[in-house]
Order: sequence, then C-alpha cells, then structure tokens
Amino acid sequence: MGRYIIRRLLYMFLVILVVSVITFGLMHSVPGGPFDKEKPLPKEIIANLEKRYHLDQPLPVQYLQYLKDLAVPRISTTKFPNSIDADALFKFKIGKYYIRWVNFGPSYSSRSRTVNDMLRDQLPISIQLGFLAFSVAVLIGMPLGILAALKQNSWVDYTSMTMAIFGVSVPVIVLGPILVWIFGVSLKVLPVTGWGSKPPFALGIFSTVHGWKYWQYAIMPMFALGLSSSASIARLTRASLLQVIREDYIRTAREKGLRERSIVVKHALKNSLIPVITIMGPMFAGLLTGTFVTETIFGIPGMGRYFVNSITNRDYPVIMGTVLIYAIFLVLCNLIVDLVYGFLDPRIRFE
Amino acid sequence: MAADLSEAVKKSGNGGNPLSQKSESLTKDAFRRLLKNRAAVIGGIIIILLYLMMIFADKIAPYDYATQVLSEQNAVPPWLTKLFPVMEPYAKPPVDNPNKYILGADYVGRDLLSRIIYGSRVSLIIAIIGPLISLIIGVLYGCIAGFFGGRVDNFMMRIVDILYAFPGLLFTILLMTFFRTALSKPDPGTFGEALSFLDNSLGGMLFIIIGIGLTAWETMARLTRGQVLSIKEKEFVEAARSIGSTDSRIMFKHILPNIIGPLVISETLAIPGYINTEAFLSFIGLGVNPPTPSWGSMISDGSKVVRTYPNQTIFPALMLALTMFAFNFLGDGLRDALDPQMRGKS
Repeated sequence: MGRYIIRRLLYMFLVILVVSVITFGLMHSVPGGPFDKEKPLPKEIIANLEKRYHLDQPLPVQYLQYLKDLAVPRISTTKFPNSIDADALFKFKIGKYYIRWVNFGPSYSSRSRTVNDMLRDQLPISIQLGFLAFSVAVLIGMPLGILAALKQNSWVDYTSMTMAIFGVSVPVIVLGPILVWIFGVSLKVLPVTGWGSKPPFALGIFSTVHGWKYWQYAIMPMFALGLSSSASIARLTRASLLQVIREDYIRTAREKGLRERSIVVKHALKNSLIPVITIMGPMFAGLLTGTFVTETIFGIPGMGRYFVNSITNRDYPVIMGTVLIYAIFLVLCNLIVDLVYGFLDPRIRFE
Repeated sequence: MAADLSEAVKKSGNGGNPLSQKSESLTKDAFRRLLKNRAAVIGGIIIILLYLMMIFADKIAPYDYATQVLSEQNAVPPWLTKLFPVMEPYAKPPVDNPNKYILGADYVGRDLLSRIIYGSRVSLIIAIIGPLISLIIGVLYGCIAGFFGGRVDNFMMRIVDILYAFPGLLFTILLMTFFRTALSKPDPGTFGEALSFLDNSLGGMLFIIIGIGLTAWETMARLTRGQVLSIKEKEFVEAARSIGSTDSRIMFKHILPNIIGPLVISETLAIPGYINTEAFLSFIGLGVNPPTPSWGSMISDGSKVVRTYPNQTIFPALMLALTMFAFNFLGDGLRDALDPQMRGKS
C-alpha cells in the first residue's frame, strides 16, 4: 500500500511535469506578448519589461527558471526583502534560517500582486465554493438515489428520477441567473453578489466568518453549481444499488433474517458505491473549474476572472499557475478515488 | 407432451411452425422500444423542431440578428411587463408598435427572438460536430492502442493519462486561444488561411469546435480500448487472422462493427455536455465573435441586467435548458432501447 502510494505519487509528479511543459509550450507559441497594447509601447520599454521578467532569455532557460522558483526552496540567514521576486507561498523560519518555498512568480498585469497572492486570496474562495457544491451534490444525490432504488417503480422513484433528468439538463449558466432573479431580485431574501469571507483565511483555506453572514452568500452559488452533479450522482447511485440488490449475497443476507436496514447499509450500499466513487474524483475537479462561471454570475471574487483575463493578457505565470494547481487537484482526486476503492472492495489489490 | 408443445406454439401465434417466426433485426427492435419511450419521443420531436428552426432561421426570424436600433434599447412589450412587474419602472415599449419585439430587445436594440433563433445554430452544430470529432479521434486511437497492445498500448495510454491530468475546461480555453490567435493573421494561400476564413464565416465557431473536440476524445479512447481488448481474443478474430486478413481489415471490418454501438450511445449521452461547454465558453466571452448570437453569450449579456430586464436572461436560458432536456431524454431513451441491461444507468 505504502509502496503503491509512493509509486503513484512519483507518476503523478511526472504527469504534472509534462503538463507544465505542454502548457508552457502552448502559451508561448501563441503569437503576441504580455506587453502588446492597443497603443504600442516604445521598443525600449518593452525590452526593459521583458528583461525584468526574464522574457528575453531562450524558452528552455525560462522554463527551468520557472521550475527552480517553484520547487527549490530559498534559504537565507538574513530576512528576505519584501519584494515581488522574493515572494513565496510558504514562508517560515527554522532556527536562524529564513526559508521561502514555492514561488509561482509575478503577475504581468499587476505590479504589486503575484500569482502567490492570487493563490492566497482567491483560490481559497474558489475551493470553498467548489467544496460546498460538491457537498450539495453528494448530500442530495446519494439519499435521493438510494431512496429511488429501494422504492423502485414507485412514485418516489419516478419523481426523483424525473427531477434528476431535469437537474442534469439545467447548467449553472441557466440556473444561476434564474436563482438570482427569484431570490435576489424578486424575493430579496439573499444578496445578489459577493462572498461572505475575505482573506486572510484560517489555515489558508477556511473561512473566518461563520453563520448567516457566510451562508447568505454561499447558498445560491453552491446550489446552482452542485445541483446538476447531484442529479447525476442520484442516477448513478440508483442504478448501481439496483444492480447490487439483486446479487446472491444480498439474498443470503435476507435469508439469514437480517434486518432490512442492515442489509441495505452494510451489505448493499458499500458495494454499490464503487461506480459512484469513480465519478466523484473527476466531478470534484470539474466542480472546482466550474466555479469560474458561477463566480461570474454571482460576483464572487474567486480565481475564475483571473484565469480568463490572464489568457487574453498573455499573463504567462498566471496561466501556468492556474493550470498546474488545477491539474494537481485533478490527479490528487483520482489518487484518492483509487485508494477509496481498496477500502470499499478489499478484493482490489494495489500493485 | 408433444401435443402440449405444439399447442403452446400455436397459442404463441405463429402458425405452429417455430422456425417461421420472423426474427426482428436488432435495429428494428431497438427502434420499436425507443418509440415506446414517451420521454425519448418527445425529446426527439423537440430536437427535430429545433433543427428545423436552425435551418430555416432566416425565414422564421422576424428581424436580423445584428441590426441595432439604438432608440429601442431594452424595449419590452406590454405582456412581458405584466408577467414581470419588476420591469414596470424601466420598461418602455417601442413607440410606433408596442408589440414590435415579442420577447423584447437587448441592450443595443436587437430583437431577442431573432437572436434566440439564430443563436440555436452554434449549440446545435456543436451538438453534432463535437461528438463526431471526439468519436473519430477517440475510436481510432483506442482501436489502435487496444489492438496492438503491449508497448504501443502502454505508450498511447500514458499520453491519454497526461491529457486526463489537464483540467478539461482550462485546456479547451488554452487550445482555443492558441488556434484563434495563431491563425489571426495567417499567411495568404496556406491551410491556416483557409481555416481562418472558415472560422470567420462561421462566426468564430470553428475554433470552439476544434478546442472542444480535441479535449473530449480521451474518454472515448479509453472506452474503445477496453472494448477492443475484450473482443480481440474472440474466435472470429482468430478466424479472420488465420485466413490472412490484414490488421486494418480485422480492425475495421471485424472488431469495429462489434463495438461501435455502445460507443455511439455513450457519445450521444455526452451531447448535452458539449452544448454546455460551448454555452460556458460564450458566457465567459471566449465563444463566438460578436455579433453572432449564441445562447451562452446572450445569457451572459442578459445576466448583467437581470435585475431590471429579466427577460433578456430567462428566454435564452430556457432555450438552452430545453435543448439539453431534449438531448438528455433522447440519449437516455436510445441507451435503454439499444442496451436494455444498461437501463437507468447514467
């Protein structure tokens, strides 16, 4: 198991490395640079700017420099200056050494903000939203699916499955504005834009604001984003549970005289979860990127806007940073899914 | 005993000769089952109507989608004001004819209904070409990997793994921007110029299709490979090999026809996803070039004024949802009809 995880992590590392090379190559092969403006800047200024951000060097050198900033910790006995170049995601002190590690680089479109700032201030909001939407998906979808399967062909089944098809067909960009209009504009019970918590965040991710002050902003976006995923979870849970419930070992359990509840919970449910878990990994990652649109609709200050703008502005470090962070999330999700398999089905061996 | 049997056969109503029973072809049988599924039939009818609307857009649409009438910005017909009393303070119907725009006009005075009708083009074309690209690339790729196996398979599947690690949407955006800007000033007389010209005449749709199609085939490749692996050891493949069929003949004549059904179904089920992705891209402003309408960009424009003119968001949103319903219902029905064992799985 331990060896399996280590091997997977190494493989993940390699995959991420390749992803970074491809992204780097792709974005630098797009014509135009970050300093092309409607009204062209003087040549000297562009040259200076490019020198400042090391864009005058050959691409492989730039790439290696980027990797070095990202991976190699900087250690010094004196305090680091408070400049953009010395910024990093992790700043700490061991003994008399100041250590700075993981620097995603500056943002070309802002003089004072770095990609690290973005990851510190905006990413947590996107993660909170993505996680809440994921909870909505699981907490609504699974019970609905289980209920539908246990009462197969009853009105419960038909209603919830019809609802599920409708749910799958209503994307965020449809549900979002309609929710805003109903609850924000007509009924005026929820604020239309904004997000409850602001940086700095507890432990880098968690909100420091609690209660209604937080939830009044979160309710609409999390439902808008999570509802369609909850529908697909419901359908999958139902289908898989229906299949499992017809297996021989369920009949055996029933013959033994076990209570219906323990048959469902202990015997059927656990086994029926495998296909559901399979889609949860990519779904979580999908919800994280799905936050982009949700953020636009509900005016949430998350990562979305920065990524979209960074592409049109050729803000290379922002593009790289976002793609890498989300790619890491994606592969981590898949790893977790594979590990959960082993827990759900001990026959699956890690090798 | 024998009498019983013949009795039973007679009762089953095919003239007493069990061999004379006409066996229904699989397609016919599936089609019959599909027609029994009311939701799927409704979905299918809606889709046909939508495509008719798309084809005859310039005949149906009352106005041009790009003509701006600045004096009639955000015009709202009286029936809509009654429906949404919120608009009362802001709504002005056009002076000469209050009901000139049935669904109202947008922020530069373009007829909403006409834009919704023309906007169906993007979604409905993506709904065909997106799956087609992903099917062609994915099936070819998966077939080759699964068929040759060993090192080839290993290498090809590692590439898929890497592409899988790309956050899909971000990669689509990146690819799209890459193609669009790389070919924005193409050298005359090259393939790039042809592509760029095609894209312009399609209102910027081509590169969206390419971007979406190029990122969506990985799932198809994995699925195909799995199917090929499970079927390539079967006797009929061995038989074909023993009479000296070439690899490509075995692949396309023997293996592919046996696996293509489920693959097409799973691609049908993915269609709403393509429509959604395009709407998403248009929503964040990376979709079609203005003034070409797309439901996504209309929702995006509308959601900026949703507080005052909800009609500008709600109607394109309803059309988008309706289209996705229809494709979902039809896809589900197709799957159930062709593969009854899969019933109810998503």
